[in-house]
Amino acid sequence: MVDRKVLRTYSMLGAQGAFFARLTELAAEKDDFAVLAADLAQSSGIGKFMRDCPNQFYNVGIAEQNMVNIAAGLAKTGFRVFAATFANFITMRSCEQVRVNMGYMKLPVKLVGSRAGIINGHLGNSHFCFEDIALMRAIPNLVVVSPVDAFEAVKVAEAATESDKPMYIRLTGKVNTPMIYKEDYDFQLGKAVTIKEGTEAVIFTTGTIAANGLKAAKLLDEAGISTAVVNIHTIKPLDCEILESYAKTAKLWVSLEEHNVVGGLGSAIAEFKATLKQSPPQLFLGLPDAYGKAGEYEWMLEENGLSAQKIFERIRDLYAVQL
Amino acid sequence: MGGLRLAAVNLDKIKSLAERIRVETIKTGYGAGRKGAHFGGALSCIELLACLYGGIMDIDVNNPTKEPRDVFLLSKGHASVSFYAALACAGYFPMTDLQEFEADGSELSAHPIMNEAKGVELSTGSLGMGIGTGIGMALGYRRKGYDNHVFVLMGDGECDEGAVWEGSMAAASFGLDSLVVIVDKNSIQSDGTTKEIMDLLDLGEKFASFGFDVREIDGHDTEKICHTFSELLELRNGKPKVVIANTIKGKGISFMENKPEWHHSALSEKQYKEAMQELGQEVSE
Repeated sequence: MVDRKVLRTYSMLGAQGAFFARLTELAAEKDDFAVLAADLAQSSGIGKFMRDCPNQFYNVGIAEQNMVNIAAGLAKTGFRVFAATFANFITMRSCEQVRVNMGYMKLPVKLVGSRAGIINGHLGNSHFCFEDIALMRAIPNLVVVSPVDAFEAVKVAEAATESDKPMYIRLTGKVNTPMIYKEDYDFQLGKAVTIKEGTEAVIFTTGTIAANGLKAAKLLDEAGISTAVVNIHTIKPLDCEILESYAKTAKLWVSLEEHNVVGGLGSAIAEFKATLKQSPPQLFLGLPDAYGKAGEYEWMLEENGLSAQKIFERIRDLYAVQL
Repeated sequence: MGGLRLAAVNLDKIKSLAERIRVETIKTGYGAGRKGAHFGGALSCIELLACLYGGIMDIDVNNPTKEPRDVFLLSKGHASVSFYAALACAGYFPMTDLQEFEADGSELSAHPIMNEAKGVELSTGSLGMGIGTGIGMALGYRRKGYDNHVFVLMGDGECDEGAVWEGSMAAASFGLDSLVVIVDKNSIQSDGTTKEIMDLLDLGEKFASFGFDVREIDGHDTEKICHTFSELLELRNGKPKVVIANTIKGKGISFMENKPEWHHSALSEKQYKEAMQELGQEVSE
């Protein structure tokens, strides 16, 4: 049983802080970790690890390509390797290093992209990351995971520590991420979890934007549209079984993600949906395929139709027109 | 340790090993037919390969993954044809396997595919990555308390890649004296001479300014190569090492030497016979 207080602490730390807090505990036990940063250790939640496990920590400076290469070399010599920096830099600057080392050679590096999505708010598009799911899931052999809250980030840290597969771990949010889980639950990589039941519509979501999806689903329930919410923490491999189970029952599928509507979770779902004989229409909720205006996170969610209220309205309106 | 290495090295054997590798390189490359091979850059690094596999490296072909072992990373993956020839001559796999070079579905493809059992430590071909991976391995081995070495063979054209310099900076910053970078400086890259395409100016000076111990030698003089490696292996002074090996692209086959077009090309039957003749080999009709 996990203490409520611990869950609240995780939530305060956010997904990235909680992830590395748990990793610090695990590394203290095992002493075979190698955590790499590229000069954004503090901002990526690695501060504690850096202080508590200095002999298991490597800062490579502002050089993401080199970080992924070094991470691969360390993985080859048998260490449990986590390379972390802002998601945009780690997935895009070093995309080919990820492809060759982790995809092609299957070296089991855990690539941790912090502050994915648009949490970097006023820092602007150079510091946003809404293309990464598309890029990472197109690389063979990579497992792509994005936890819905800080507690799930802890679960991912534990699973990644024991996994011999290369992984991309997409951490959205910064600190004070909303709690989806208020008690312990069974987490398995590749196995999606229904976090709210419903019969009319279903929201498939990933990352911390799930909290808004959950709120929207409750509003939809009140408006007479019973809505389920499914946590697709593992985007690749996708849990097709759970998708299929909603193909005949739900009247509307909604994909919800803090990512470009091109190439992300929505696309992954649609690729599978296209193979089904019978399935309802799909509403793609995500960031538009554009480099828009920057601003504070909450303002940006509102602008892009991803606040709980906007999500609720968009689903309700489509439901009224189409179904 | 380095002195001991040199004592264990038989220079005559290394010379004849280099000759064998060169013959097998031409045979294997010719065997690929019209697909061709990267002959130029493969021929320029043969003496370096012969010294490493002929006694400088602490390896066991009967136990290719033994720990600790010295590690060789072919960062210039396009030199695969002489690399495979060196591995076969060293005994990692039967010579007949070389006939599979570039065949459909083959494990010995134009760019190496990681296969530790066959002595291929990394999948390479995309340039500029070997040094960083080598650094990671050297860091890992150091943490395990090993006193082995990691050798990374790069091309000089490869030094255009930014990641090479990110790696160089890190190697010195981490004090990795077990890392030995070798630059096969044949002065020609895919589109022309390095001077025309991207002038490296004084490459040794560049590495020195990044904190490396630099040695610049004739990359075809096996005795000099062995002495240099032996000396560097003993030098555990907290600094990474680089050997700038001045070489000739297409070395040993006169019509290929210093010819940019032989960076990648196919041998005709006539050219094959000429090349083999030059290597003192008889070709049966």
